[in-house]
Amino acid sequence: MTQKPESANEKTKSAAGNYAVTMRDVHKWYGKFHVLKNINLNVEVGEKIVICGPSGSGKSTLIRCINRLEEHQQGEIFVEGIELSHDIKNIEIIRREVGMVFQHFNLFPHLTVLENCTLAPIWVRKMPLAEANAIAMEYLERVKIPEQADKYPGQLSGGQQQRVAIARSLCMKPRILLFDEPTSALDPEMIKEVLDVMIQLASEGITMICVTHEMGFARTVGDRVIFMDNGEIIEENNPDDFFLNPQHERTKLFLSQILNH
Amino acid sequence: MDWLFLDAAFTGGSRDECSAKAGGACWAVIGERLNLFTYGFYPVAERWRVNLSLVLLIFTLFPILFEKAPYRKYALHIAVAFPFVTAWLLVGGLGLTPVETDQFGGFMLTLVIGITGIGFSLPIGILLALGRQSKLPAIQIFSIGFIEFIRGVPLITLLFVASTMLNYFLPPGVTFDLLLRVLIMVTLFASAYMAEVIRGGLQAIPKGQFEAADSMGLHYWSAMRLIVLPQAIKISIPGIVNTFIGLYKDTTLVIIIGLLDPLGIGRASLADTRWTGLSTEVYLFVAIFFFISCFGMARYSQHLEKKLETDHKR
Ligand SMILES: Nc1ncnc2c1ncn2[C@@H]1O[C@H](COP(=O)(O)OP(=O)(O)OP(=O)(O)O)[C@@H](O)[C@H]1O
Ligand SMILES: [Mg+2]
Repeated sequence: MTQKPESANEKTKSAAGNYAVTMRDVHKWYGKFHVLKNINLNVEVGEKIVICGPSGSGKSTLIRCINRLEEHQQGEIFVEGIELSHDIKNIEIIRREVGMVFQHFNLFPHLTVLENCTLAPIWVRKMPLAEANAIAMEYLERVKIPEQADKYPGQLSGGQQQRVAIARSLCMKPRILLFDEPTSALDPEMIKEVLDVMIQLASEGITMICVTHEMGFARTVGDRVIFMDNGEIIEENNPDDFFLNPQHERTKLFLSQILNH
Repeated sequence: MDWLFLDAAFTGGSRDECSAKAGGACWAVIGERLNLFTYGFYPVAERWRVNLSLVLLIFTLFPILFEKAPYRKYALHIAVAFPFVTAWLLVGGLGLTPVETDQFGGFMLTLVIGITGIGFSLPIGILLALGRQSKLPAIQIFSIGFIEFIRGVPLITLLFVASTMLNYFLPPGVTFDLLLRVLIMVTLFASAYMAEVIRGGLQAIPKGQFEAADSMGLHYWSAMRLIVLPQAIKISIPGIVNTFIGLYKDTTLVIIIGLLDPLGIGRASLADTRWTGLSTEVYLFVAIFFFISCFGMARYSQHLEKKLETDHKR
């Protein structure tokens, strides 16, 4: 553990206030395995970040540190100026403002689509039922499946389930949305319907951090692409330069692999 | 079959009178002792209280068991009062004539022990199962220790502890009702088994469910109550009902510490010289009572599983 002098910490804290997410010298280990190595990242409010990299490079671990589904062991992470530490209060405040969409949707199978969407607003935001239902229907319309509101997740296709998952996150009106490979568990014909929803979202000013290998999406909405390998951020650039003019050997190798698919 | 019905005698004052009438079973013993089998030695004048409790039980269970019951939402809230009202009705005090619990007996005793055990072992079992997975070492160690200790000791031993040894631990002069001690022991015993059944269900819940709940900022208890437990309990229904049935049948063990459950009443009846030798009739009668209750529970569990299956298929 590094013991930084108090003043340095205060300085990062005030600087972090202007960013949606700030990561400083973040390290994480699983036992002896060093998954995240010296991660430094500033995400502007409203910025769309795309993270890519080979399997096992630590992409999921990185974004899961942002809402503390995983704990980092060294360095500092600030979300909207609030530091992620063992303080459970801060964690809860941050989780309320940060939504997450998972690869395997993680909808609640025993609740209807509508109930999935209203659960957090009712129990976390203490919203009255009628208001929560109205907001949920609004977002279900936004993701184009209001007619499925009373079905159970198991009765929907994968693409529909993922759109419900996005609506469910939006119902909390988060300021930051994390996506962990939202389309990689979907059949090809369903990928587009989910990406369309995400592209539409991107135009609305919300901060988005997406782990994805969808290059079209990255180029349409991404402000910045980050390439990770082996627990490190190897390269970051705007999408056009990143894809057309990669600097690093490992980036070139990775791009040649995914573009040949 | 002939022995059971056609050749059977249903009335009579003793075994000899029976066999004079017919060559088959002598059900007269049951007829004469039916009140004893039902109420034990509960004072005759106060038996309406037992009957009323049974009526209350049915009115409480109905909305719990059947989703379509009218006014279910209100009925479920009122159900919370049931244990207290019934305890007051049965034991007395506060305006009712007190009845000593050693006068409880027969099917009524079985129901009192069985339903108390079933009613309390499920919530305690859930807490123990959650405790066993807790991140707080103290809670985890307590839960594991409790579960493993109770599972490692036969129920009979616990009942003996309840009937004799507990007195040594209590300060002199403090008396602690025997039935209450038995209720506590039976409940704790069933809770330990329940905890393991529920733990199996908890382990079957995918990690993603916990993560989704966490990522929304739900508190631990909200996440458990709203997301994890409904799914875990649904998976565990067969095991839960199995534990209920086991507990219900184990209530007959209280005969060993001198409580007169239906088996105890049956034995006492056989000790009567007028009815000696009719053990087949008496035990068959008791067996039928238990079979009907247990079969009912098993059927309900199947009904519930089917209903939940169609309600939300994955
Ligand atoms: N709970 C864990 N315990 C131990 N090791 C883990 C754990 N979770 C992940 N890892 C390891 O950490 C590394 C990074 O995992 P991570 O899931 O972040 O990779 P990823 O870049 O998201 O890969 P993918 O593209 O396959 O999703 C992998 O090598 C993985 O095996
Ligand atoms: Mg991943």
